[in-house]
Amino acid sequence: MSSFWSWWITIIAVGNILACYWLIKWASKPQPGEAATGDVTGHKWDETLEEYNNPLPRWWLWMFYATILFGLVYLYLYPGLGNWKGYLGWTSHGQYEKEMEQAKAKYDPIFAAFASKPIPDLAQDPAALKVGERLFLNYCANCHGSTATGAPGFPNLTDNDWLWGGDPQTIKTTILDGRSGAMPAWGEILGPDKVDKVAEYVLSLSGRSHDAEKAAEGKAIFQTNCVACHGPDGKGNPALGAPNLTDNVWLYGGSPGTIRQTITHGRNGHMPAHRQFLGENKVHVLAAYVYSLSHR
Amino acid sequence: MDTADTYNYKVVRQFAVMTIVWGIVGMLVGVYIAAELVWPQLNLDVPWLTFSRLRPLHTNAVIFAFGGSALFATSYYVVQRTCQTRLFSDGLATFTFWGWQLIIVLAAVSLPLGITSSKEYAELEWPIDLLIAVVWVAYAIVFFGTIVKRKVSHIYVANWFYGAFILTIAVLHIFNNLEYPVSLTKSYSIYPGAIDAMVQWWYGHNAVGFFLTAGFLGMMYYFIPKQAQRPVYSYRLSVVHFWALISTYIWAGPHHLHYTALPDWAQSLGMVFSLILLAPSWGGMINGMMTLSGAWHKLRDDPILKFLIVSLSFYGMSTFEGPMMSIKTVNSLSHYTDWTIGHVHSGALGWVGLVSIGSIYFLIPKLFGKERMYSVKAMEVHFWIATVGIVLYIASMWISGVMQGLMWRAVNDDGTLTYSFVETVKAMHPYYFVRFLGGTLFLSGMLIMAWNAVKTISGATPATATANQSA
Repeated sequence: MSSFWSWWITIIAVGNILACYWLIKWASKPQPGEAATGDVTGHKWDETLEEYNNPLPRWWLWMFYATILFGLVYLYLYPGLGNWKGYLGWTSHGQYEKEMEQAKAKYDPIFAAFASKPIPDLAQDPAALKVGERLFLNYCANCHGSTATGAPGFPNLTDNDWLWGGDPQTIKTTILDGRSGAMPAWGEILGPDKVDKVAEYVLSLSGRSHDAEKAAEGKAIFQTNCVACHGPDGKGNPALGAPNLTDNVWLYGGSPGTIRQTITHGRNGHMPAHRQFLGENKVHVLAAYVYSLSHR
Repeated sequence: MDTADTYNYKVVRQFAVMTIVWGIVGMLVGVYIAAELVWPQLNLDVPWLTFSRLRPLHTNAVIFAFGGSALFATSYYVVQRTCQTRLFSDGLATFTFWGWQLIIVLAAVSLPLGITSSKEYAELEWPIDLLIAVVWVAYAIVFFGTIVKRKVSHIYVANWFYGAFILTIAVLHIFNNLEYPVSLTKSYSIYPGAIDAMVQWWYGHNAVGFFLTAGFLGMMYYFIPKQAQRPVYSYRLSVVHFWALISTYIWAGPHHLHYTALPDWAQSLGMVFSLILLAPSWGGMINGMMTLSGAWHKLRDDPILKFLIVSLSFYGMSTFEGPMMSIKTVNSLSHYTDWTIGHVHSGALGWVGLVSIGSIYFLIPKLFGKERMYSVKAMEVHFWIATVGIVLYIASMWISGVMQGLMWRAVNDDGTLTYSFVETVKAMHPYYFVRFLGGTLFLSGMLIMAWNAVKTISGATPATATANQSA
């Protein structure tokens, strides 16, 4: 900050503290002409209201002085008065970095040891799985649930059905860098009638009850518009995160209405990246835990 | 009789009655959201019944509707009695009453609808903010106008505190709510990022300091010596703690933003001034408590004094707790936990609630020409029910808050967190139930008060009092 603001802050802050000091110093001595201790001041309000002129309680005065002294010492030792950095040179950034360094020195070797083993091996290691579970409960459970069985829009991680692929390295990549799955909205392009027909066809893919006539027409629409991502047989494409439509596993819900809604309005799935704040070694352990959920 | 020779009791009566009404409404909402935390399905999947929307309604209702009405009622009464003159303007006083009620109703509608500026204790949107500013200026004119035309030479100490409260709240309200309107129901703050947070907590903490502390100290300085029929303990102490309190409180806001993007120097100043604030805060407690010296026996059979004196003990406790929580190392444990909620409620229920209830019990018979409340026994019951309710509330929140803070920071040997968030929520559950119980007791006390007030008022004729110019 500019030296003007620095001085402004310093002067009014120290000035306020010194004014408090002066005030209690002044008031702890009797003033000439005022009522003696134990007497009322001589003013009266509303028929009965009067005031004694008792001195300030001594213990209270000392408490006041002590807090003032503490305040001044603190403002000498720590940043507070404008640009004054404080005698100790403390900063909140410095404290954060120091604590992070200590944590790194203490915990990094543990995770480095885990990271040296392949994920399928770690998935058999009870100690690693325990750590992985704790990480999962803190960073993943909000969306995927404490039991990892997912929720509408958030994949079930226990069923060995994978949007982006389920081999160990792919799971790790998904956690490290995140994923974005976009299903475009077809409502405006196709219109409700065609959406309905495609939906019937999608239902037929997983052997669900459907209107055969509509599904037949829907197949043609599917072949023109949907195969680029979901493939000619509707089995999806892990490279794009396009779901397999033939296995009766539904990310956003599988009722005919929900399917029509998905086609009409599209969907946007977002898995956040964890590389920056968890680091590769922790993600390695986490990936082993997730892998273990469908490979017990 | 020429009305100029009498006090304006009408506006005091209106605000006194509404204090009880809004107290019940605000606390009922509080109990409901406390129940939602125990049984989440109570939001019934209705958006305007969700915790997030009812919580600001609860805080606004108890602070500004209940507390505000109590402050209007008592300040209008006290300033007239201690200046021995009628209010400066009856018309403006009436305007403040209806204006304030309109603001409360607008808040009660707009907050559940989700219309909010998202600033804590200042959630109301810009058209309501403007209305508040207008009503508040009218309030200041009535109050200070009455001081100016007073018939006594000195200004009584209660009026210093009321005056400081009225002036400072005007400044705080206006500067915190400077915003760009984009529609009738939406605006954006003119301040960016960390500055916005700092202005918000400069406002937020001084809403506590001036609305909930200075204003209610004004109440204390009239009703305790009046009811105890004893002189105020020390004039000198009142001078010292008044100036020290108002000058240091204004700095304390940054302690709400410890370990955030707020610059370190601002955090340090907030902490230092919060600690220096301890003695000035306690000055008021000492002055009130010691006023009773030589008359302690009156506590035995005077429920009004019980309310007033116990309110001071809760005041002393929470003004000790506050500076402690502002210390950064303590704050790193207590911040964002239920401990804060417990701290606020020991001030809100214990101090603000009890001192207002005691003062209103004092006022109701006087305003309606009765010697005392309909049932003294019921006041006694109210006192005990309220006190037990407060103790249950704050004890449960202390335990749950400290536990929460410790669980959040617990770390395993491998550096992972010992508890997931949902485990801490599960651990809170029994304490949330106890808190709900405490709140229910406090609310029950208010219902007893309402019954007692109705019984006292029904059939009574509004009292008038002549402004005694001889004294």
